[in-house]
Amino acid sequence: MSGSLTDPMAARDHARAMGGTVVDTMPVLPPVADDLPAGVSDDDLVWEETIAAGGYASRRLSRGARLRLIDVEGDACASLMIFNAETPAERLNVADTVKVQWNGYLGAGKLLLSDMGRVMMSIVHDDAGTHDAFCGTSNAATNQAKYGEGRNSGAYPNGRDRLILGAAKHGLQRRDVHPCINLFKGARIEADGAITPQAGPYDSGRSVVLRAEMDVIVVIANCPHVLDPREEYSVTPLRVSAWRGPLTHEDDPVRLASPEGLRAFLNVEDYYRR
Amino acid sequence: MTTDPHIAGLSGTIVHDEIVPARAPWLHHIAAGQTLRIVDLEGNQAVDFLLYSAADDAERYSAQDTVSAQGNLFLREGTVLRSNEGRPMMTIAATTVDYHDTIGGACSCESNTLRYGHFTKSQHACVENFLEANLTEGRGKRDIVSNINFFMNVPVEADGTLGIVDGISAPGMTVDLRAEMDVVVVVSNCPQINNPCNGFNPTPVRMIVAA
Repeated sequence: MSGSLTDPMAARDHARAMGGTVVDTMPVLPPVADDLPAGVSDDDLVWEETIAAGGYASRRLSRGARLRLIDVEGDACASLMIFNAETPAERLNVADTVKVQWNGYLGAGKLLLSDMGRVMMSIVHDDAGTHDAFCGTSNAATNQAKYGEGRNSGAYPNGRDRLILGAAKHGLQRRDVHPCINLFKGARIEADGAITPQAGPYDSGRSVVLRAEMDVIVVIANCPHVLDPREEYSVTPLRVSAWRGPLTHEDDPVRLASPEGLRAFLNVEDYYRR
Repeated sequence: MTTDPHIAGLSGTIVHDEIVPARAPWLHHIAAGQTLRIVDLEGNQAVDFLLYSAADDAERYSAQDTVSAQGNLFLREGTVLRSNEGRPMMTIAATTVDYHDTIGGACSCESNTLRYGHFTKSQHACVENFLEANLTEGRGKRDIVSNINFFMNVPVEADGTLGIVDGISAPGMTVDLRAEMDVVVVVSNCPQINNPCNGFNPTPVRMIVAA
C-alpha cells in the first residue's frame, strides 16, 4: 500500500472498495433468513448474524423475542450471559436456575432464572441436548495454560474476556461478568461429583431456541469449552437469528410445567404490571 | 488448664476469634498466608461464603472456575478456591467434613418466593446478608456471584436431579482455609428455615484466624 494512499480521498476510495464484501461470519443487515419457522414473518426477523469461531456478540432483545442458535458445523460452544435490559444489575443466576428447578441439566422446557426470582428466558426448543450449567467458560489463565496464549488480541481468545467485551458494549464492566451457561457443549456429573465434559464435535445444524420473557441483553461468546479435552483450539461458527414473537400466554405449557416455574412467570408478569 | 477443642491442630498465633450469631453477616480481611478456621458449632449450619481480592475486588471467587479447574463439583480438602481470573484465592487446607457445596447458591427473598411460595418473601435471607456486608465497602448487587456453602450437602443424581438435602456435618466440625492472596471474606450465616441446610434451626458459627 505504500505510496498510493497518501491523500484522504484515495484512502476513502480504498476503504469504500471493501464495501459489500461477504464472508461466512458476519451480521446480515437488514436481516434475511430463508429458514424461519412456519408462521414467522420475514418482517419480524430482527437479528441475523454468524459469530466467528472465537468471536462474540451481544444484543438487546425485547420481551417475546425468540433467539435461535444454530451450531452450523457441529463444534460451536455458546457461552451465554443474560441481563435485564432496563436494570442490568438483575442478571442470569446459574445457581438459582439449577436449584429452583431441582435439576442441573438444561434442555427444552427449562427456564433461565434471574437473581430476582424472575424467568429471563425459557428454552422452547432443543435438539442438541448437550449443555452445561456448571463449568463456566475459559479465562486468560486457562487458555494460556492450554493453548500457550489466550488474549483477545491473539489467535486463541478466552470466553471470559469475550463476555467482558460483549457486556462492556452495554456499559457493563468486569464485575458484571458472572457465571454463564454453555449451550451445545455439555457436562455430566458423576456420583462422586466428577465432571465429564461432552465436547463433541457433533452433527452440524443442531439448534436451540430461547424465548425472552423480559427485555434482555444477551451476551454470547463462542470459544472452546473450558474442559474441551482436545489440545487444539477447536471451535466452529455459531449462527444467531432472532425474531419478534408474542408474549407467553397464561396457558403456555412451559409456564405451567412446575409450581416453581409458574411463580417465576408470576414474578416477571408482576414486574411488567406498571 | 482447659483445652479448646475448636483450636486443635491450628498452628500459629490466633489473631481473631469471633462467634457469628445465627442469621448474621460477617466480613473480615484476611492476609495472604493466614488461615481462617470456620467451626460449625452446633452442626449442619450452612455458611454461605464469598471472597474478593483485597487489591482489586472485581476479581472474586468463581464457583465455575473452581470446579472446572479440579474437574469436580465438590469442595474437599486440597481444593483451591479460584477467582474469576483463574488465580488461587484460598486453599482448603483441612476439613473434617467430607465435602462442601458450591452449586446451590445463596437463598434470597426472591428465590424463596419460587422455592417455597410468596409467603416467605419477608423472611431474612443470605443475599440480604451479602448485600448488607458488601455495601459497607462499596460493593453492591453486581458483586454478588455464586458462592460456597460450607457444611451444606447438594448431591447431583444421574439424571441431573439435585437439591439441598440433610447435611453431613456435625457439631464441632471445621474447615481451614489458607489465604493465597490478601482477601476479603464475606459470609452469611444462613438464616434459611424452609429446607434442611440448617437443620431447620439456624445456629451460630465460630471464626478463628491464625497467622
